[in-house]
Amino acid sequence: MAQPGREEAQDSVMRPRTLFEKIWDDHAVLALESGETLLYVDRHIIHEGSATPFERLKDAKLGVAEPAQTLGTADHYVPTTHASKDLFDNPEILRMVQQFEANIAAHGITGFSLGAPDQGIVHVVGPELGFTLPGTILVCGDSHTSTHGALGALAFGIGASEVAHVLATQTIWQRRPRTMRIALSGHRSRGVEAKDVILAIIGTIGSDGATGHVIEYAGSIIEEMDIEERLTVCNMSIEAGARAGFVAPDDTTFAYVRGRRYAPAGQGLDQALHAWRGLPTDAGARYDRTVDIDGARIEPMVTWGTNPEMNATIGSRIPQPAEMPTAAKGNAATQALHYMGLAPGTPLRDVPVDIVFIGSCTNSRIGDLRRAAAIARGRQARVTAIVSPGSAAVARQAEAEGLDRIFIEAGFQWRRPGCSYCVGMNGDLVDAGKRCVSTSNRNFVGRQGKGSRTHLASPTTAAASAIAGRIADPREFAAA
Amino acid sequence: MEKFETLTAVAVPIDGVNVDTDQIIPARFLRTPRKQGYAGFLFHDCRVDQQGRAIPDFALNQAVYAGAGILVGNTNFGCGSSREGAVYALRDYGIRCVIAPSLGDIFHNNCLKNGVLPIRLTDATVAALRDAIKARPGTRVTVDLPAQFVEFPNGERHKFAIDALNKRCLLEGLDDIALTQRHAGEIAAFKEAYKRRRPWLFQPAPAGR
Repeated sequence: MAQPGREEAQDSVMRPRTLFEKIWDDHAVLALESGETLLYVDRHIIHEGSATPFERLKDAKLGVAEPAQTLGTADHYVPTTHASKDLFDNPEILRMVQQFEANIAAHGITGFSLGAPDQGIVHVVGPELGFTLPGTILVCGDSHTSTHGALGALAFGIGASEVAHVLATQTIWQRRPRTMRIALSGHRSRGVEAKDVILAIIGTIGSDGATGHVIEYAGSIIEEMDIEERLTVCNMSIEAGARAGFVAPDDTTFAYVRGRRYAPAGQGLDQALHAWRGLPTDAGARYDRTVDIDGARIEPMVTWGTNPEMNATIGSRIPQPAEMPTAAKGNAATQALHYMGLAPGTPLRDVPVDIVFIGSCTNSRIGDLRRAAAIARGRQARVTAIVSPGSAAVARQAEAEGLDRIFIEAGFQWRRPGCSYCVGMNGDLVDAGKRCVSTSNRNFVGRQGKGSRTHLASPTTAAASAIAGRIADPREFAAA
Repeated sequence: MEKFETLTAVAVPIDGVNVDTDQIIPARFLRTPRKQGYAGFLFHDCRVDQQGRAIPDFALNQAVYAGAGILVGNTNFGCGSSREGAVYALRDYGIRCVIAPSLGDIFHNNCLKNGVLPIRLTDATVAALRDAIKARPGTRVTVDLPAQFVEFPNGERHKFAIDALNKRCLLEGLDDIALTQRHAGEIAAFKEAYKRRRPWLFQPAPAGR
C-alpha cells in the first residue's frame, strides 16, 4: 500500500503541479495500489435531505467524527412563502425539518433551520459565512457542490451513502479524476452574465463533455469575474458531467474570504494566505485536456431543450434537429422540442412565457438580485414572477437596499430563501405545459414539476422576460 | 449490502441519451422513508401519463421485460442530481446491474454503495447489446463480476473494468464505513499532521445563530 503522505509531497515539490494535484496530494490519507485514494474532508455541508445517512449511523451505532467541520442548513424542502414552521401545511416536510433539527442537535453540528438568520441554500451559505475556504476539500449531498470551487476549493457532490461515510469518518474514497483546463480569453461583452458564460461552455463541450474530469476555469474572462460570478460558473460544472469545477484563488478570492465569520483571522489568516498563494497551477504543469474558448464572442444565452447543453444565443432561432451533429442528438432534440412545445426555426425571442423564477444556488446572490432589479425597476411584470433570495443574509441585504420594494412594485413576488422552483421539492412547482424562464441550473423533463417547460437563463434575461411576457434580450432593457 | 457475484437476468433497454436522475425518480418521491420501498417510483413519469395510465411504449411497462435485473442504457446515463433515491428505485425494482457507454459520476458511486454493479462498455458494444435485446425481447444476459465480463445473448463475452476496492465490496457485500474504520489509525495520524500544517482550518468555530 503506497503512502503518499507529506514526505512524498515534499519529494515532488520540484515537479510542476496543477491546482487539482496540489489539493489532492494535500488530502491523501492513503492510496491503494488499485487506484482508490482515501481523502481527508475539511468541510462537509448537510441539508434536511439527510435523514437516511443519519439513520444509517444510528443503525451502525456510529457518531459524527468531526461535528465542528460539518455545517447544516435547511434548503431543499423548506417553504418559501413563509418563514414560520407554524404555517407548515405539509406534515411530511415538517417532519423532515424537525428530524434535521434533531439530528444536528444530537450530534453537536452547527446548523440553521427554517427562520434562522443564517438559513439559506447550502451553496450560498457556505461561501457567505467563510465556511468554504481555498485549498480545502468540501463535500455535500448535492450535485451542485462544485459551486464552492469558485473559492479554489475541490468541492464535489456525493450521494446519501457517502454522506454517512463522511459523517462517520471525515474521509471519502475517490478514484483520481482527470483534469481539464477551460480557458476563456478576451472580455465579456455588454449584457453578458456569468450564467451566459457557463451555458456557452456547456453548449461547447456537451452535457457529458467533462465526465470523469475536474475542470479548472481560467483566462481573462474568469479573472475579471467577482466571486459571485465565479460561483455561478462553477455551480453548473456538473451539467457538463464534471466531478468538480474550480478557479485558482487570487486576490479577488482573498478579499472575499477576509472577515467572514468562519474564515481564519489574525495569524491564522497570515498563515493561510501564505499557503493559498501557492495553490495556483505551476508553469509547465500538464492537464489531461485543455479547451480554449473565445470569451468575447459569448452572448446572452437561453436553453430551448431538456438539458443545459441544448442552448442557443438569445437572438437565434430554435435549431433544426436534422442539423444536429449526430443522429442520437437529433433524436434527442426532436423529443426535447416535442416536450417543450416548440417548433424548429422559431425565433427564441418570440416564445411566450408563463412564469419567471429568479433564485437557486446558481443565481440568487445579491449581485444577481441587483442586476435583475435594475431591469425590473419602474416596469411591470406581465407574467407571474418570483424572486427567492439565496439566503436569509442575502434577503436582509436586498431589503436594506430596497430591492424587495423594486421587485414588489414591479409585480414580482418576494419570497423566502430555499431551493424552491429549481427542484420543486417544497411544492413550488410549475404546472404541466407551462413555460418558465428560470435562473436555475436544470431544464430536465419534469424538473420544475410534471410536464413543466424550463428555459434556463441569467437573472437579467429572466427579469427582462418577466417584463416582456416572452423570452427577452436583457440588452433591450437598459435600466429605466 | 447484498453481495453481487454473477447474475443472469432479463435485460431491459433504455435508449435515451443523458437520462438524468430526475427521470429515474422525480423529486416529489424523495421524501419517502427509505424503508418504505422505492420500486413504484422507478421512471414514474415515463411509465405513467398525466391521467395516471401506463404508457405502453415505455420498455418497463412491457410484460416481456417484467422482472428485469439488468438495465442497458445509453451515453451519460444517471447524470444530474446526486439523489441516491434513483439507485434505491432501481434496486427495489430488481435491477442489479446498469450497463451504459458512460454514467453520471455520482450515480456510478451511488450504485456501488447499494449492491448495483455499474458497467461501462464502448458505445458500439452497448448499442449492439441494446439491439440484441430488442431483437429478442425478454432475452437474458449474464454478468460475471469475478471474471469481469458480460455475456451477450449470442454468447459473445465483453470484458469490463472495475476498481479493485469496489469489486471487493460488491463481491463480499462489504460496508464501506466498516472498511474505512480499519484505517482509523492512519486517519488519526493524518489529521494530527494535517492540523499542524493547516492550523487555520481548525480554529474554534463561533457559535451559529
